[in-house]
Amino acid sequence: MFLDSDLALSALRALTPILLAALGGAICERAGVFNIGLEGMMLMGCFTAVTTSWFTGSPWLGVLAAALAAAAYSLILAVGAVTLKGDAVVLGVAMNLLAVGLTSFLLRTVFGVQGTFDDPDLAGLGEIAGFSPLTWLSWGAVAVAAVLLSRHAWGLRLRGVGETPEAAATLGVSPAKYKYGAVLASGVLCGLAGAQLALGNVTLFSENMTAGRGWIAVVAVMLGRALPLGVLLAALLFGLAEAAGFRLQGLGLPQQATDAAPYVVTLIALFLTTAKRRRKTGAVV
Amino acid sequence: MATTLPAAARVLRSPVFFSVAAALVIGALFLIGTGADPLTAYQAVLTGSLGSDGIGSTLTTGTSVLGMALALAIPLRAGLINLGGDGQLVLGGIAAVAVGLYSPLPAPLTTVLAVLAGMAGGALYAALAALCDIKFGVPLLVSSLLLSYPAGSLASYLVRYPLKEPGSSLPQTERLPDGVALPAFGSSTVTLGLVLVALAAVAYHVVDSRTTVGYEMRMTGLNRRFSAYAGVERGRQTLQLMAVSGAIAGLVGAVGVLTFPFRFLDGSLTAPGYTWTGLTAALLAAAAPLGTVLASFFFAVLQVGGLSMERTTDVPRELTQVLQAIVIVFLAARLRITWRRRKSDEPQKESRKDPRKVGA
Repeated sequence: MFLDSDLALSALRALTPILLAALGGAICERAGVFNIGLEGMMLMGCFTAVTTSWFTGSPWLGVLAAALAAAAYSLILAVGAVTLKGDAVVLGVAMNLLAVGLTSFLLRTVFGVQGTFDDPDLAGLGEIAGFSPLTWLSWGAVAVAAVLLSRHAWGLRLRGVGETPEAAATLGVSPAKYKYGAVLASGVLCGLAGAQLALGNVTLFSENMTAGRGWIAVVAVMLGRALPLGVLLAALLFGLAEAAGFRLQGLGLPQQATDAAPYVVTLIALFLTTAKRRRKTGAVV
Repeated sequence: MATTLPAAARVLRSPVFFSVAAALVIGALFLIGTGADPLTAYQAVLTGSLGSDGIGSTLTTGTSVLGMALALAIPLRAGLINLGGDGQLVLGGIAAVAVGLYSPLPAPLTTVLAVLAGMAGGALYAALAALCDIKFGVPLLVSSLLLSYPAGSLASYLVRYPLKEPGSSLPQTERLPDGVALPAFGSSTVTLGLVLVALAAVAYHVVDSRTTVGYEMRMTGLNRRFSAYAGVERGRQTLQLMAVSGAIAGLVGAVGVLTFPFRFLDGSLTAPGYTWTGLTAALLAAAAPLGTVLASFFFAVLQVGGLSMERTTDVPRELTQVLQAIVIVFLAARLRITWRRRKSDEPQKESRKDPRKVGA
């Protein structure tokens, strides 16, 4: 059988980093900060996780350090876009470039290797009931984010800040504070995403190892309309496309066709959802 | 004197100068941190890239960087960000190499045809991204980027199977026939490609400053709603600018295969990161034509000089990539850049629509 439980399991493993990053992106989107620096934050998370796990021997400290480092890194976006009112798109692009340069530079200065750092002694995250602990955490995070955004006063204020900052400010809600909070939260989530990628999915660091996953997360935010559950479905779609790609490769399809599949599937999904939305709004007006 | 002093002060206070200076200072801190002498290192960057040994290499790298910078600056001038440069570059390269290998025409004609094929390949693919934006409502930023990956996969497939050089262990095409190449100047590595890219820069400058199209482009970049009010058709403009952008990216791809190594080797066009360096240069110059040329030259110097810095001081050349990104971080934070993503226009449009919705 082609669509069996193995496929579902590998899809779920593939989607964790994307889901965590996309959740961060969704929170930012809700707060009115367009965050396309997810890729860079994630890459910083990957590198910090591997370095910390290597030097302390504890993958858990690696996870913690990754979350903190990526949150610190996300301050570039918070300060640049919120305080200095710079352009978030340009900042995001710059953060992604900076992360590639910085991690490659540090890889060579800290480990003295180029390309990939890989050692059997590098401790990775184990598994709990078949999944990485961070995979379980990511599902919990979706639930928490969904409840917070729709039911809690914080979520309400965050959305208010995103939709009309002036109105939020007149009610005594500081837009800047909530925007900083959202960007930092996305930093923490991207750090976890990076830790999952570098200590969960594989146990190594290689240059630019995020390989576009942060961008896919940006698309997942768009596809899932910045709703936690929507983002989960969008990430699931991508995970399925990736897992199905691996399976098709086993059946003799060239690797390049399956490499391209997730991007094409995502693009088609975007076509369909925006077309549907257009028809809907067209019917209303 | 009275005119030069304020001019000098303006330069010193300009965000571009500030960003470059700040990046160099942070770079110096990195250098001190790794135990190197910043002055020696920066000197090595300059002598390595501008000295007699390095200038050829800087101009060769500069050809690709400037080409990609122009490709990305042209849509950027109208506030559009094309993130699919890699895909357009690679398809241009593969189209050029296919024509170069299989065209029955004499070598000089084949070369011309290959350049045109590369430009057409890039242009069509970029136009596809524009159509996704215009017809299907997928933002250009996303559609261009998402399309970039399958293009890379397609090229990778082609050079591994149908176009693969028989017997070779590398994923590469056969070497182009003799004469199917852009002529080089003397014994240097600098080729006619540089002239082609420079011509593109001149053309961009003229169009930007002297024509209606250029005026409309700048107006759209400054204020999209104003230009729409003034009658600029956004869809058509997006399509045209993206096609030109893709054509230039495709040209860079064609130049990349019609010069050394005279074949398409999987990954060789995208590995040096010309697309991102080009985007950085275009952003630094706010897409102004002359500024884009200068910024491209600056980044080519950094990229080539980075190698000799690594040889002299043992500091990894990746540092130059860090410097490049820091320049843009500072610049983006300091400038209130006038272009806006489309999304930020939308709430206003919607709020205008809302009363009608309620009324209906």
